[in-house]
Amino acid sequence: MEFFLTLIQVLDSTIRLATPLLLACLAGLYSERAGIFDIGLEGKMLMAAFFSAAVAAVTGSVWLGLLAGIASSLVLSALHGFASITFRGNQLISGVAINFLASGMTVLIAQSWFQQGGRTPSLFGGGRFEPINFPLAETIDGVPLVGPVYSELLSGHSILVYAAFLMVPLTWWVLYRTRFGLRLRAVGENPAAVDTAGVSVVGLRYAAVAICGVLCGVAGAYLATALQAGFVKEMTAGRGFIALAALIFAKWRPWHAMWACLLFGLLQAIALRFQNIDLGGLIIPVQVMDALPYILTVVILAGFVGKAVPPRAGGEPYVKER
Amino acid sequence: MTLMKSLMGAAAAVALTAGAALAEPALIFDLGGKFDKSFNEAAHNGASRWAEETGGTYREIEMQSEAQREQALRRFAEAGSNPIITMGFGMADPLSAVVADYPDTTFVVVDVTWLDAPNLRQVGFAEHEGSYLVGMMAAMASKSGTVGFIGGMDVPLIRHFGCGYAQGAKAVNPDINVVANMTGTTPAAWNDPVKGSELTKAQISQGADVVYAAAGGTGVGVLQTAADEGILSIGVDSNQNHLHPGKVLTSMLKRVDVAVYEAMSAGENVETGVFVMGLAEDGVGYAVDDNNAPLVSDDMKAAVDKARQDIIDGNVNVVSYYENDSCPALQF
Repeated sequence: MEFFLTLIQVLDSTIRLATPLLLACLAGLYSERAGIFDIGLEGKMLMAAFFSAAVAAVTGSVWLGLLAGIASSLVLSALHGFASITFRGNQLISGVAINFLASGMTVLIAQSWFQQGGRTPSLFGGGRFEPINFPLAETIDGVPLVGPVYSELLSGHSILVYAAFLMVPLTWWVLYRTRFGLRLRAVGENPAAVDTAGVSVVGLRYAAVAICGVLCGVAGAYLATALQAGFVKEMTAGRGFIALAALIFAKWRPWHAMWACLLFGLLQAIALRFQNIDLGGLIIPVQVMDALPYILTVVILAGFVGKAVPPRAGGEPYVKER
Repeated sequence: MTLMKSLMGAAAAVALTAGAALAEPALIFDLGGKFDKSFNEAAHNGASRWAEETGGTYREIEMQSEAQREQALRRFAEAGSNPIITMGFGMADPLSAVVADYPDTTFVVVDVTWLDAPNLRQVGFAEHEGSYLVGMMAAMASKSGTVGFIGGMDVPLIRHFGCGYAQGAKAVNPDINVVANMTGTTPAAWNDPVKGSELTKAQISQGADVVYAAAGGTGVGVLQTAADEGILSIGVDSNQNHLHPGKVLTSMLKRVDVAVYEAMSAGENVETGVFVMGLAEDGVGYAVDDNNAPLVSDDMKAAVDKARQDIIDGNVNVVSYYENDSCPALQF
């Protein structure tokens, strides 16, 4: 029973840690499926984290904060789109620039607005996303096995967590069952064919980048207003890059992305719960768990477990033939 | 000729102003940043106090990456700043590479005590003694018999904190369970409040009802989660009691501000050598103010003040982690 409860707690922590990864991973999925590589996920999350916390702190409404976070992330997305779609610049460089921009701007603006050393005031009350408790969660808690799973694991997360997991089937449906999704995937594989069919490549790519911006915005807002109560500089701490690793690990597919993010979240949760894991004399240091997401991604990339093929037109600006 | 004249004149003017200007002190913050509400902010407070009282000015820079350390040191030294005050153990290697090249400049380093150079003032703190006192308070405030410790980056200095804390807790209750976690092994561990929160939740689920955060900006997440979940927390370096009034048991004070203030006041002629500020020098201690007064009972205060005196008198010996890179009270 002790073991079971620990397991539930680790899985609970997994869900919290996997949510920002999942949102960022799906954001990257839309963008990269349309042929726009985006290593600026980290920067967009950071910017959204700051603006959501700042607006929530000033207005006292977390929903306005969420909107502000999404808007700020969209601005960066537009910048990325402008540089890499309209001006056909290098997508990686534009992404790096966005990361630097966000890292510097957030602290600068925070210092000028709040004078608290690059952080926002602590949020309380309506300024934060509160956990949602499912009906009967308290009552059913005593039931063995089912009780803790329902009340600890499933219930008691913020609304953004449930939204993030609902995004997975929605993304699958959009990509594989709608006309828009078909075109989006096609534009990442063979934009010339899409163009020949009379569909705007530029328009589709902007749409994908915009969706990416919205999802990154939600991810950032989740970090700052649901997991934490305010913004701290560099609070994304590399999650955007782990999300990219998860995207490659999942080979650019929505359901796989969810499992990859949950796996990476689980590895983090285990690393946080147990400092060193003792497997009958063999001690695994905590650093191994921290490094595993990257190691696994390299293994996948090296082609040991199937082959990870990125969208064929990824990273290449589309030039219309004349 | 006229051109030559004006050039010479300009050069002379530059030389004059350079000679006339008093050397300004310089302050180099560590990676946590000037406003980390903790270690670096204490240095900033000390420097601001000096600037306000004397009307002096100083130059400062916040480190963004490891690579900047040596560069910043050389730039300040070449610009004539004196003394150059640096923060954190990460400065040890860059300093040992740089100090010999600028024999006329005095360097000050906080949290480093093991270097050997004639123009270096090294200020260390007996963090284990201060942590011992807050460890005692944690053990007295704990009802569950389990207390937690959350460190930032896994380095000997932070183990030093944790070790003193565990010894203090065990001095009050030999059976107490001390859960210790480190946030990470890279400098990012000083600024990851999300991870700090998760670690706190994990420690709570293991029974901890008082957690001590020695983790820079990550500690903000620890203190927040502790307040949300209704347990007590202990702040570090600066007085953090005000962050969550009534939820922060106390803060382990490390008077970095005093160290910086003294170095700046002494100016160029600051005494060099190794200085360790412990309980006797009021270099470390615990914070009591209006925000946490209701949490600190008279018994607690009496016991901690007695222990403080015992440590100063040498009746109680708090083992330092540095002595043999291990801790008698805690396994890392």
